Amino acid sequence: MEQFFTWLYQEQGINLTIGYDSYDRGLFLAGIWMTVKLSVLSVLFSLVIGALGAWIQGSPSALMRGLVGAFIAFFRNTPPLVQLYFFYFAVGTVLRHTGENGLPQPLVSGFGWAVISLSLFAGSLNVEIFRSGIEAVPRATVEAASALGFNRLQTYLHVVLPLALRISLPSLGTNLVNLVKTTSLAYAIAVPEVLYVSAQIWSDQLNVREMMNVVLLTYIVLVAVLVWGLHRWEKSMRIPGFGT
Amino acid sequence: MTELLHPRPADPAMPAIKGHLPVLLPVRPPRPVTAAELFTPGTALLLLVLLAWFSVGPVVAQAAGETRTPVALLLLKWTPVLAEGFAFNILISILSMLAGTVLGVGLGVLQVSPNRLLARLAWVVTQFFRNSPWLVLLFYCILLIPFELEILGTTVPFPGWIKAVIGLSLPVMAYMSEFMRGAIQSIPSGQWESAASLGFTRRQTMIEVILPQTVTRVLPSWMNLYAVLTMATPIVSIVGVNEVMALTRAALSSESRTDLLIPMYLYILGWFFLYCYPISRLTRRLERKYAVKL
Repeated sequence: MEQFFTWLYQEQGINLTIGYDSYDRGLFLAGIWMTVKLSVLSVLFSLVIGALGAWIQGSPSALMRGLVGAFIAFFRNTPPLVQLYFFYFAVGTVLRHTGENGLPQPLVSGFGWAVISLSLFAGSLNVEIFRSGIEAVPRATVEAASALGFNRLQTYLHVVLPLALRISLPSLGTNLVNLVKTTSLAYAIAVPEVLYVSAQIWSDQLNVREMMNVVLLTYIVLVAVLVWGLHRWEKSMRIPGFGT
Repeated sequence: MTELLHPRPADPAMPAIKGHLPVLLPVRPPRPVTAAELFTPGTALLLLVLLAWFSVGPVVAQAAGETRTPVALLLLKWTPVLAEGFAFNILISILSMLAGTVLGVGLGVLQVSPNRLLARLAWVVTQFFRNSPWLVLLFYCILLIPFELEILGTTVPFPGWIKAVIGLSLPVMAYMSEFMRGAIQSIPSGQWESAASLGFTRRQTMIEVILPQTVTRVLPSWMNLYAVLTMATPIVSIVGVNEVMALTRAALSSESRTDLLIPMYLYILGWFFLYCYPISRLTRRLERKYAVKL
């Protein structure tokens, strides 16, 4: 394996250091792992935010609905990078505690802020997606649930959400793919994810072209795995006779 | 018993009607508040007041004895510089949108080409650029396009921001290509058949019959894409183009004041919001307007 990459470099001039240099390979694999962690955590939190927001959007309190509406309008119409900067540089600078050495330490790490910011951004889009899914659930189903004595939360959790999830899966998939792509923004706040470590490698080894292609391929594979997983999920959740 | 048959109205707004049992009232589910209802002059004022409070609050908290410029004045001082940067963002977004739209329409038409190989190839290109992160594509263009190009003996310089425009137009092209494919396929096949019966060639049918009909179908998604692109322009600051985000960070580091951080970032967020929000409102309206027609 290592011989092959060494040969590739010496004979073909394609310098893939991650193939034969164990340090670079470790760095790169750690970067991929970081991107996966970032993606999985953000996807989970954004789904929770989406479901929670959609539930509040159907609540009787106008104030709560208004607040969620403002949250969506704000996060949908401002650049994710500026949101990330806002959290990391502005809020992160204010939120500090005094560390053991007496110097102010940030309360939340760069990774933490990246997860928070990305989840809020994708979550605000998920609220809308879930809401349109919920609106597509037949009224009669909800009424039948309340006739059976389900309260609002129970109806939502056991009847509406499972059906709405199936309706909104296609657009949810698009949004989650976008979220995985957006994790590359964490580069800007020095979270060592795959783009960041690749930039480190290519500035050390001067193999920009090769690493660039590797990074692109990595993201394509990550997205392909996600799309495949969502597709499988969609298939396994299909209820015969419901939806198309 | 009479109580049951003629219930007293619990709600004073609802008059008692004979035989009008409360259980028969239609269930009115609470209506979600749309963003459109939300952004009224009242809420806009509230937002402004909040922003003002954020900017002035820390100054009020600090004793008046300190002779530090209030945050609001600092924001005002930097506004012309930031406005210039923001205008640059808009310019980048418009140029990328133009390039991306032209390329995307072409690629979308190729995707439905009767030539299987060509269609497959266009599909692969579309999927490739659609599924790779914007930032990575941007790095690709910034680092791999030479900084100047020699064409017919004259050197054409390629400054960073032009490369950024190219980098941003690639994903726009891919999204546009998908929209076009969807729109072309959604045109009823009767259109193709009637055009063919009138003696149109495939090329004529595409240009004169099909493409004009796709315009209204694509328009809402196209506008939404423009808003997404505008919101993606700050990432070009990462690769060293001096747009609004880079200028903001420069301004912040030159002032080096912690209490300026939150107001300044909120200020920039506000600008983008004011630019993108009307676009998304209009998109919604167009979506609703064109959704009825089929």
